[in-house]
Amino acid sequence: MAYSDKVVDHYQNPRNVGSFGTSKEVKERRDVGVGIVGAPECGDVMQLQIKVTPQGVIEDAKFKCFGCGSAIASSSLATEWIKGRTLDEAEGIRNTQIVEELSLPPVKIHCSVLAEDSIRSAIADYRRKNGLAAASSPTAGAASH
Amino acid sequence: MAAKRPIYMDNASTTRCDPRVVEAMLPYFTEKYGNSSSRNHAFGWEAEDAVEHAREQAAALIGANPKEIVWTSGATEGNNLAIKGAARMYAKGPDGTTGRGHVITAAHEHKAVLDPCKRLQREGFDVTFLDPPADGVITAKAVEAAMRPDTILVSIMWANNEIGTINEVPEIGRLCHDREVILHTDATQWVGKMPTDVERDHVDLLSWSGHKIYGPKGVGALYVRRRKPRVRLEALLDGGGHERGMRSGTLDVTGIVGFGKACELCKTGMDGEGARLLALRRRLEVELAKRLDVVKVNGHAERRLPHLANISFGFVEGESLMMGIKNIACSSGSACTSASLEPSYVLKSLGVGDDLAHSSLRLSLGRWSTDAEVTEAIDSIVKAVNHLRAMSPLYDLHREGIDLSTIQWQAH
Repeated sequence: MAYSDKVVDHYQNPRNVGSFGTSKEVKERRDVGVGIVGAPECGDVMQLQIKVTPQGVIEDAKFKCFGCGSAIASSSLATEWIKGRTLDEAEGIRNTQIVEELSLPPVKIHCSVLAEDSIRSAIADYRRKNGLAAASSPTAGAASH
Repeated sequence: MAAKRPIYMDNASTTRCDPRVVEAMLPYFTEKYGNSSSRNHAFGWEAEDAVEHAREQAAALIGANPKEIVWTSGATEGNNLAIKGAARMYAKGPDGTTGRGHVITAAHEHKAVLDPCKRLQREGFDVTFLDPPADGVITAKAVEAAMRPDTILVSIMWANNEIGTINEVPEIGRLCHDREVILHTDATQWVGKMPTDVERDHVDLLSWSGHKIYGPKGVGALYVRRRKPRVRLEALLDGGGHERGMRSGTLDVTGIVGFGKACELCKTGMDGEGARLLALRRRLEVELAKRLDVVKVNGHAERRLPHLANISFGFVEGESLMMGIKNIACSSGSACTSASLEPSYVLKSLGVGDDLAHSSLRLSLGRWSTDAEVTEAIDSIVKAVNHLRAMSPLYDLHREGIDLSTIQWQAH
């Protein structure tokens, strides 16, 4: 399969790889929201962590991804797009925008869906930790241990 | 394009045609272009001579009589002809009825065996698909346990195409001959690489193809035993009655000449080549396991083809791994590359977990593989796996000591 130049670039130079601590540490941090979506048996697991200011702005984002090149690129791109945005703005990002930006072929659309879900999941986790009502998203939260 | 070509480590998929094979074939395109069935002129005679010479070369490779070789278009056709042809010939009940007889095969056979067997099921035959053990080796004991009074055919591949494991074919052959059951083996990955003797090994039907043994694509052979017992097949193609009525159609003389030459070259070079490739494969496996953690070589530790390694790298996904080793042409166990999300059914049948089945590479060496290529492959794979693990959430969880199977994943 031929990948677009943008996918290859994200694969080779992923942006914002990392985390704000171990899974246990981030669970206890109220300024961090964590989203983990996908499953190993499906070949994709995305982990997105957002660090949010008290004003509700995503000041930093980190990702980790087990998945194909398109999944890695989708999650890497997601971190770039949500940094500096408010939670409500970030929640407005749609998978179709990711598909367009990365020129993903139809068989890879699920990668962009996963990236959108990881954003929503991380935001939901942050809101839950801080007792904030969800704005509009009905998406389920992070995988539980 | 001046770009460097990738290192070829996909010889289980297909091989480079040996230049000596091409040389042997060339005159049969433009000079000796006769139809081997033309009995009335020199063009036909020289084509027929060439076909019969190739038949001798093919037979010699497997210890058969030349009269027992039927030309095919490849192993897929050979498997179809052997399985459907034998089952229909030896059916115990008439077409359209159930209980026409019992066939035994294994769940991790090639699709070119599984699909003909599934068709037989629809035609009223009973088929047992043996579940392989974790090491992937089908034993005579396992076949014996599945045998029934109405078993008519056993089809067990000699060596597996994805993991290279070697089944107990000679032992299964002895069992089948004792029980008067026909044994077919898909020997596509075995013949030409390993010593084969259909008499000693009690094989009745054996299919193989040219392009896996440094010959041309589109030509293959099926061995059909003529004595003790004489095996008969119902043809799939009806027509001019070529190949003793078992496979009609004008012969691909050029391809057959190449096939014969390829068989001859494999036979003469087999001993040294096997040892050379085994040393290369061992180095590949040992060094990768030394430089990376959570590396699993799939299949039986010893009973494996010398040139094929199937290795899972925990916590990285196969397709992204392939992307990181663009300088190596190989196969991924993850079927993501074929647009489905299912991991390899062969690895799954061995009980390899979905996570590891998604993370496997099949590296298959061949006649032109070198030590330097193996070194480059090892370095590239180590680099790519480390790159991907640095961004793998699963590797983090593993290092935190969390068992991935205890996590409730949010699957899609």
